[in-house]
Amino acid sequence: MAGWLFVITLVLAVAAAYRPLGDYLYRVVSGRKSNVVERGIYRLVGVDPNTEQTWGVYARSVLAFSAVSILFLYLFLRVQDKLWLSLGFDGVPTHIAWNTAVSFVTNTNWQAYSGESTMGHLAQMAGLSVQNFVSASVGIAVAVALIRGFAARKSQTLGNFWVDLTRITLRVLLPIAVLATLVFMIGGMVQNLSGGTDVTTLTGATQHITGGPVASQEAIKELGTNGGGFYNTNSAHPFENPTTWTNWIQLFLILCIPFAMPRVFGRMVGQNRQGYAIVAVMSVLALASIALTVGFEVHGGGTVPQAAGAAMEGKDVRFGVPNSATFGAVTTLTSTGAVNSFLDSYTSFGGMMPMVNMMLGEVAPGGVGAGLYGLLILATITVFVAGLMVGRTPEYVGKKIGAREMKLASLYFLVTPAVVLIGTAAAFATGHNSTALNTGPHGLSEVLYAFTSAGNNNGSAFAGITVNTPWWDTALGLAMLLGRFLPIILVLALAGSLARQKPVPESEGTLPTHQPLFVGLVVGVTIVLVALTFLPALALGPIAEGLS
Amino acid sequence: MRLPTWLSQHLAALRALLVMTVLLGLAYPLAFVAVGHLPGLSHKANGSMVSAGSTLIGQSFTDADGNPVPKYFQSRPSAAGDGYDPTSTAASNLGPESVVDTADAKSLLTQVCERSLAIGKLENVDGSRPYCTSDGVGAVLAVFYRDGLTGPVTRAVSVNQTGTPFIATYEGVTVESAKNGEDYVAEGGVITPIRGDAPAKPVVPADAVTASGSGLDPDISVAYANLQAPRIARERNLSPVRVHQLIEEHTEGRALGFMGEPAVNVLELNLALDGK
Repeated sequence: MAGWLFVITLVLAVAAAYRPLGDYLYRVVSGRKSNVVERGIYRLVGVDPNTEQTWGVYARSVLAFSAVSILFLYLFLRVQDKLWLSLGFDGVPTHIAWNTAVSFVTNTNWQAYSGESTMGHLAQMAGLSVQNFVSASVGIAVAVALIRGFAARKSQTLGNFWVDLTRITLRVLLPIAVLATLVFMIGGMVQNLSGGTDVTTLTGATQHITGGPVASQEAIKELGTNGGGFYNTNSAHPFENPTTWTNWIQLFLILCIPFAMPRVFGRMVGQNRQGYAIVAVMSVLALASIALTVGFEVHGGGTVPQAAGAAMEGKDVRFGVPNSATFGAVTTLTSTGAVNSFLDSYTSFGGMMPMVNMMLGEVAPGGVGAGLYGLLILATITVFVAGLMVGRTPEYVGKKIGAREMKLASLYFLVTPAVVLIGTAAAFATGHNSTALNTGPHGLSEVLYAFTSAGNNNGSAFAGITVNTPWWDTALGLAMLLGRFLPIILVLALAGSLARQKPVPESEGTLPTHQPLFVGLVVGVTIVLVALTFLPALALGPIAEGLS
Repeated sequence: MRLPTWLSQHLAALRALLVMTVLLGLAYPLAFVAVGHLPGLSHKANGSMVSAGSTLIGQSFTDADGNPVPKYFQSRPSAAGDGYDPTSTAASNLGPESVVDTADAKSLLTQVCERSLAIGKLENVDGSRPYCTSDGVGAVLAVFYRDGLTGPVTRAVSVNQTGTPFIATYEGVTVESAKNGEDYVAEGGVITPIRGDAPAKPVVPADAVTASGSGLDPDISVAYANLQAPRIARERNLSPVRVHQLIEEHTEGRALGFMGEPAVNVLELNLALDGK
């Protein structure tokens, strides 16, 4: 009962934030007035905030920023031993540095390394956690560019990436992160630059208590749906999630922006009801998934959970089973990938849910920005499918969905499944699946999970598998890169193509896209597309395990 | 000289990244490191340290050989290094159907059974569990059928036992014990865990026989604390009432009545027992 109350209060809090946060985001991305700090940044960067960019320029700016970020972070990690606060750790090896750089720039935060034994404090602060901010801003910026495409009338341009990046970072992410850091510190998270303290335990053994600027990193880790833990055990670690209520706040931070983005959509296209329809789709999928995950875990099926009496393996006492399962569901419904309990030890079906959540394309509500543009693509596909069924002209919020738009949307949808399934097949074909900890169907789940997580830029893991080998680091790095930037390019191309159109007035033949019928259709299309793509793979992994 | 567009774009990107790095990567976290020095926050910002460790970080209450020190409440099993090692935090990551031991590693099921038996012995209670043998390994058979997955049973092997099998016969076939190094799954055996007749709600609670996610879990369930109370009372010549009173004092209930689960902080409780 307490477990359900935990979910219900989260739902209420996120619902209460929908309008104020969404309206605030709307003002940030559509405002034009810069403050002193922003003008200073534009001058330093050397951009004119009043220039508008075509979709091509916007995309090239995103790619240039991300490419420079990957290179910078890679070099940073390689030479961390020469910089301050390295805690005596060596420079990060090539393949792990590559994997980590791509991982944090793509908002994936897959971790092939163990935080407390690899990363110095400077690398964590000035390397990794900077990307926690800006990769989140990039996601929101791209989503906003797509909305501008829907909202524009015969326009060539989509806004200015540098302005979006700066404003979203400074006006949205930083202030909320500052507040959250303070709250987390009150909750007991550490925030220091200590290399750790050796203590003598009560029975006379020695224990090395680690330190670090954890609270500041934790705030943006959740708010930006990043998920990369300061320590290896992520939000299970008592320094990263000390109490039952910091756990609740972490979940709220993860959910608040992705769920407020549809409001921005509704405001910008001038029809708030379109935002409500999109948020309804997200909510239906999210609530169903959370309920199923919590249900499966509390039921505790399977041999070991039955033997233990509860699915407590890999879970901490203070969170217990229901709150742990809620966290597992929420961080995979978004692109967060943080964990407060270890998914590898979940019940077979409970552990399948995080995978299914990611396979949905992380649209319910998805990562900051990425979730909204993913869902708008699915809505576009739905409009087209519905148009075919009833013979109506496919159009969405006043824009015709023609051949070019459908090609871009279909390609978008195909990228991730292709990356996931080809990657998984490649691991088995080359024998690299042998690094999985478990055998049989659970071993397949570990490999499938790794590529699903990388391709969808989630970052969570069935962590038993050993992935810090050169092959795995390279392959998953590529999966993350393709899974992030191919969709972004396609989304921006679609935005450009929509922006050029003149809006068509609503007519009798227009499918209303703000009514329950449409919400149901989008939910249906999403589930059918995912089922068709991934059911065979799931049948060999978690389903086979759960039914045996 | 005018730079080519692609180059000036990347230079702008680099400048933007550097500005962000200074602001978000240095100013923001360092400001909070400074805030962490404020009275009231500094204890927490530095790790909630007490005389024998951190109240947030669990520890083992075992002697040099790894045996439980009977006068202390015991923590949960931990997969972090050799147990409660904050420099290599980890969970076991073993799955729900990890039931067959191999030459180099015990299955999760056997670990659970083994722990339950040991705790049962330590606390003088029944350590039996479903799917566990009485000698504390996973009760698992490899069953061979005439036609692969169907037909009559032709052979049954207790895969985790080399001694006497936990049941004599299965479907009328005599159960064999396992031989070292044999892979019965590869030979076509169907892995079949046997429930047995242990109570569905074992006396030893779930958190006592499972490793935590963090590997540093500072807490145990109230049920596990209560299970240990008679031993503590005996070892320390305290009245059971007093021990239960201490448990209650160091139980953190659900925040606002619905967040998380009630949890007993083991280090704080043991420090209280020691009168520190």
